[in-house]
Parts: sequence; C-alpha cells; structure tokens
Amino acid sequence: MPINYYIFLSVALFCIGVTGVLTRRNAIIIFMCVELMLNSVNLLLVAFSKMHHLALIGKHADAGTNAQIFVFFIMVVAAAEVSVGLAIIVMMYRNTHSVDVNFLNRLKH
Amino acid sequence: MNNIINLIWLVPVLPLAGFLINGLFRKRLSKSLTGIIGSGVILISFIISFLIFLQVKQPGFEPVVVALFDFINVGKLNISFAFQVDQLSALFLLIITGVGFLIHVYSTSYMHEEESQHFARYFAYLNLFVFSMLLLVLGANFIIMFIGWEGVGLCSYLLIGFWFKNLNYGDAAKKAFIMNRFGDVGFLIATFWMINQFGSVTFSEVFSKAHDTSTFVLTGITLLLFLGATGKSAQIPLYTWLPDAMAGPTPVSALIHAATMVTAGIYMIARSNIMFTLSPITQTVVAVIGLATAILAATIALKQNDIKKVLAYSTVSQLGYMFLGLGVGAYTGAVFHVMTHAFFKALLFLGAGSVIHAMGGEQDIRKMGGLKKYLPITQITFLLACFAIAGIPPFSGFFSKDEILANAFAKNPVYYIIGVFGALLTAFYMFRLYATTFLGKFRGTHEQEHHLHESPAAITFPLIVLAILSVIGGFVGIPEAFAKNAHVLEHYLEPIFAESNKIHEAQPSNQSTELLLMAVSVVVASIGVIYGWTRFSKNPDLEDATGFGKVLANKWYVDEFYNAIVVKPLNALATFFNNIFEKSIIDGIVNGVGKGVKYGSRQIRLIQSGQVGGYVLLMVIGMVILFLVEIFIKK
Repeated sequence: MPINYYIFLSVALFCIGVTGVLTRRNAIIIFMCVELMLNSVNLLLVAFSKMHHLALIGKHADAGTNAQIFVFFIMVVAAAEVSVGLAIIVMMYRNTHSVDVNFLNRLKH
Repeated sequence: MNNIINLIWLVPVLPLAGFLINGLFRKRLSKSLTGIIGSGVILISFIISFLIFLQVKQPGFEPVVVALFDFINVGKLNISFAFQVDQLSALFLLIITGVGFLIHVYSTSYMHEEESQHFARYFAYLNLFVFSMLLLVLGANFIIMFIGWEGVGLCSYLLIGFWFKNLNYGDAAKKAFIMNRFGDVGFLIATFWMINQFGSVTFSEVFSKAHDTSTFVLTGITLLLFLGATGKSAQIPLYTWLPDAMAGPTPVSALIHAATMVTAGIYMIARSNIMFTLSPITQTVVAVIGLATAILAATIALKQNDIKKVLAYSTVSQLGYMFLGLGVGAYTGAVFHVMTHAFFKALLFLGAGSVIHAMGGEQDIRKMGGLKKYLPITQITFLLACFAIAGIPPFSGFFSKDEILANAFAKNPVYYIIGVFGALLTAFYMFRLYATTFLGKFRGTHEQEHHLHESPAAITFPLIVLAILSVIGGFVGIPEAFAKNAHVLEHYLEPIFAESNKIHEAQPSNQSTELLLMAVSVVVASIGVIYGWTRFSKNPDLEDATGFGKVLANKWYVDEFYNAIVVKPLNALATFFNNIFEKSIIDGIVNGVGKGVKYGSRQIRLIQSGQVGGYVLLMVIGMVILFLVEIFIKK
C-alpha cells in the first residue's frame, strides 16, 4: 500500500483534531481532540517506519523497528498525561460545576 | 665619576619622599622636624645636582639618558620612564633645587604661625612641587615632561588655595588651574601630533627627525606647544591667572610664580629649540606675543598698589622678555634671563614677604613708606634686586636682558625699540615700588609702627644669599663686546643650541653697535630709575588713579573682557542647556521611553484575554505560519 494513503489519513485525523480543539468548548471533547492529533502522529510514525523497513530489507537486521518502539513510549506517556489532564478536568468541574473552558478565563483576574 | 649621574633618580625621589613623610604624618610631626625634613631633602637634592653639574660642565660632555623602566608600551610606541642629563637640564636642576632650598628655609620662619598640621601640609605641597618641577626638566621625552607639567599645575592650585577658607583664594586657585588647562590642551595635542608624525616622543628622536619634516607640520606642532607655554608661563592670552595667584603665601609666589614653575614654558621651548628654529612663523608669533606681554604687563604694573601684584606683573613682563629672546633665536639669552630672573625675582618676592610679615599682613604700599630704617637688610637686598631687574650694570639683569635685546635688534630693530621702552617702564615701576615702600614717612597705623622689626635669620639668610647671586649672577654671561670668550654660559649651553645656531647663522658681531645698544638701554633704564626714585620718595602716589591711570589700575579691564566674552556666554549656554535642552529633550527622551513601554504593554496586555480558544487559535496560526515558511520560503 503506498505511503500516501497513510499520510492523507494522518493529515485528515490531525485536521479534525485541530478543528475540534478550536471549535469546541467542552473540555473533555477538546481533550479527546488533542489525543486524536497525538495519535495521528503516532500512526504516521508507524507508517514511515514500515516504509523504511521495506527499503532497507536484507541490509540491516533491525531496520524500521525503532519508531514502532518509540510509539509505545509515546502511548505510555500519553496515558500518564491523560490521567493528569482528566484530574484537572475533574477539579475544574468541582470548582465551576461545568466543563466549559470559557469559564476558565477567570484565571486572568 | 660616571656613577654620580646614575644617582640622578635620587634628585626627584628625595622631594617625593619628603612630600610623603610630611603629608602622611602631618598630624604627628613637630614643626621643627617638618621644617628639617622639608628643607633637608631639597638640600640633599641640591648637593647631588651640584655634583652632577660639575660632571656635566666638563667640555665634551655627551647627554646621558638614564632609563628607569618602561612606562608605556603600546604597539610600536615605546615610551620609557627616562631622565635626560645634559647641560640644559643640569642648569635647571641647580636653579630649582638651589632657589627652592632657600625658599624652604625662608618658609620655616614665614609660615611659623600656622598650626603644625597645616605647616606640614604646606611643606608637603612645596616638596611635591619641587618634585614635579624636577620631573619636568629631567624627563627625556615629552610624556615625562607632561607629567611634571601637570604636577606643577596641580601644586600651584594646591598652594594658591592654601588658605582655602577664604573663598576668593579658592577662586584664584581655580582660575590658575583652569587657565593652565587651556594651555595643557595645546601641549597634549602637540604630543599626539608628534606621536603621529614621528612615532616617538623621545627628545633625541623627535629632534633628529625634525629636519626632514614639512614646515607646515612643524609650525602646527610648535604653535600648539607654544599655546601650552602661554598657559604655564603666563603670556597673552592666558596670563591673567598669575597676578591672581598672589593669593597664596608669599614664599609660594617666590617659588612657583617667579623662580620656577613659570619658567617651564621657557624650558620647554629651549629644549625643543630646533623645532622652533625650523618654523619661522612660530618664532615670529613667540617674539610678538612675548613683546606684547612684556609691554602690557609693564603698563599694568605702573598703577598697582599691592606690593605682590606689582611683582606679579613684573614677572609676567620679564617672562615676556624671555619669550622675545626665544622668538628671535637668542636661546642662550632666554635661559640666562631665566636664571638671573630666578635670583632677583625670588629675592623681590621674599623681600616683599619680609615686609608683609613686618607689617602684620598689610600688602598695600600706600600704607607703608619709610621702612628703610626698620628693615635694613630687607631694604638693601630689595634695592639690589630692583637694580638687577631694572638692568643697571653690573647687576645680573643687565647682562641677560641686554643679550636678549641685542639679539632682538639683530632680528628687527622695532623689537629692540619696544623692548627698551618696556625696560624703561620696568625701571620706573620697580623704583616706584621701592621708593613708596621704603622711603619717605611711615603711613601705617601707630600700632603697626610699633610692631615693625627686622625679620629673623631664617628669612634674612635667603635674602642675603639671593642678593649676592643677583649681583654677581650676570658675570657668567659677559658679552663678547667686553671680553673675548667671557660668555661662560654660552659655551656651556652650546651643545644644546648648536643645531639652531647653525640655522640662525652667526650674527655679524658689530661690537660698536652692540656697545651703543647697551649704552642706550642703560641710559633709558637709568632715566626710569631716577625718575621713579625722585617722583615717589617724597610724594608717593596715594590717590586713586583717574583717567588713563584708572584703566591701567584696572588691568586694561582684561579680566572684565574675558568675563564678558568667555564666562558670561558659557553661563548663558549652560543656563540654556539646563532649562531647555535638559528639560525638554533629555528628559523627554528618558520619560518618553518609559511612557512608550507603558503604553505598548497596555495594548499588548489585551491579547492575554484568558479565553482558552483564543490561545489555541494563536497557536494554530503560529503553526500554520511555520508550516508555510517551511514549504515556501526555506526552499
């Protein structure tokens, strides 16, 4: 399968993520969109890694595996980040009784 | 015997040590100890100088440069801290330490009423002054000379303002310092120009390269050097500080403003004689300025009533003669006059100090008179000095002044005629001073008359020594017209001025003309002496001057003129800058920066709205811009 399809899919997912972040006010939805952007990049990493592996097959035994391992790291870190992010959202809900990010502008006062 | 010259560094270092001891321990030393240290170091310096002089005066002595250490070493420019011992500097060493020693001895008595702390401060300054002056004449390059040059300026400031609690004295000190500063700028620029032109400031190198330099450059350098000399040696237009400098203690006037410091300019020009000889325009300027100063100061001296002011203007006038000598190429004559002038002018000032001492601080000659019978030694020595300065043979001033005038005649008879007129004025005002002070009836208060007494030995001893020198000092320079090869000083100084004398070409020495010139000047001076004596001995001029005399008494209003053309405009400019430039422009810029930052930050603050969406939008816009840059511009 040509690499282009993966790239288009990733770009599409990323743009959906960006649009979501920009247009939505619900903190949980924004959070999900951020995860979407992150994972679109993960997808791209795996795709490039596979391509790299195919190009160098037979020359280097471990070619193309690095990025796939790297993606796992990113997932683990993202999981940790999610726990922090969700905790912040819970605290925010307790304080404002809402998950609307526009209420957060009170921070400037 | 050569090793005595290696001790040359001791000559200036001893007074420096005296300065440090007296200056640092001024609160602990007793007055007698201070006096012994202060005078003793100068005496030792004098003895060393004398031994060096004996070495130097042997025929065929070659100048010795004693390099002590590297002073400035930048790129190709190498200035070493070196002393030059030759005929000229050895002669000046003798004058400075010799006259300086006598004045130190005199001061131990004259300043005895000061508190011991101030007494020590006074001696510390005097020693520092002698140190600076020795540095000035010993330096083997223009930079070392400049250190001494600045040093004497500083010390004159300190000593004129010695009684600094009197604000007028403080102002006089400032005036001396600032006036000198104008001249110093000229000296400095000349030094820089020399570095640029010759790549060196060492005397020997500069003078040997001077022959191959364009006249334009030499004229520029020498004119700037001369500007320096006008400041230090009190010539038009920078002479006005010297009469005001009489605010200092009288021995200071004798040391600084008569015998040594003011001769710095003469020394500097005599030292760089070859450069001046090679630029005839400067020579003419020097001669004309010297002559003009001689006459101007002499006319002012006619109507002054302060005993020290008369002497101050006569100093300015005599310095004018020295510059006339330098300007017409009579370098030996100028140095000769420096020497004789150091003797008789120090004597006059010290005599005046003795009079002031006896009168309890009174300086106005209209309130003196008839002091002859109370102060016999002072009177007789003062009279001898007056004869010397008036140029009556066989006193020393006659020989030196006539040498200058004879050379002036050879250059241009007009110089001679004006010079002789100045000599007439000199004789007249000196004997006006003498007659008003010492002859006639006493005009002071009864109480002052009661206190009149001859000064103690510490004061009369220097007077007597200087009087002897004033009388016989001229015999080292007996003109050729009287006796062949009797001009000892000329032969002594010949190596210094040999190059210049070659260029000036030997004057056809017409002996009958020379004798005639001498006769004329002696007759003219005698007329001045006799007229001054008879006119003022019985009926001294006690009224305030009127008419033209008032102009003279007010010093031609030169101070007022300077005030109007320099001080007032400067004050106006300063007021303008303070009120308008400072307030609207400088303050405007400073406050404007503050206001601009404040306004800008208030506007930028609005972007920080607190809306999360807004931040994200900005972030995305930033990313898109980076993306576009990456794609379209980087390639």
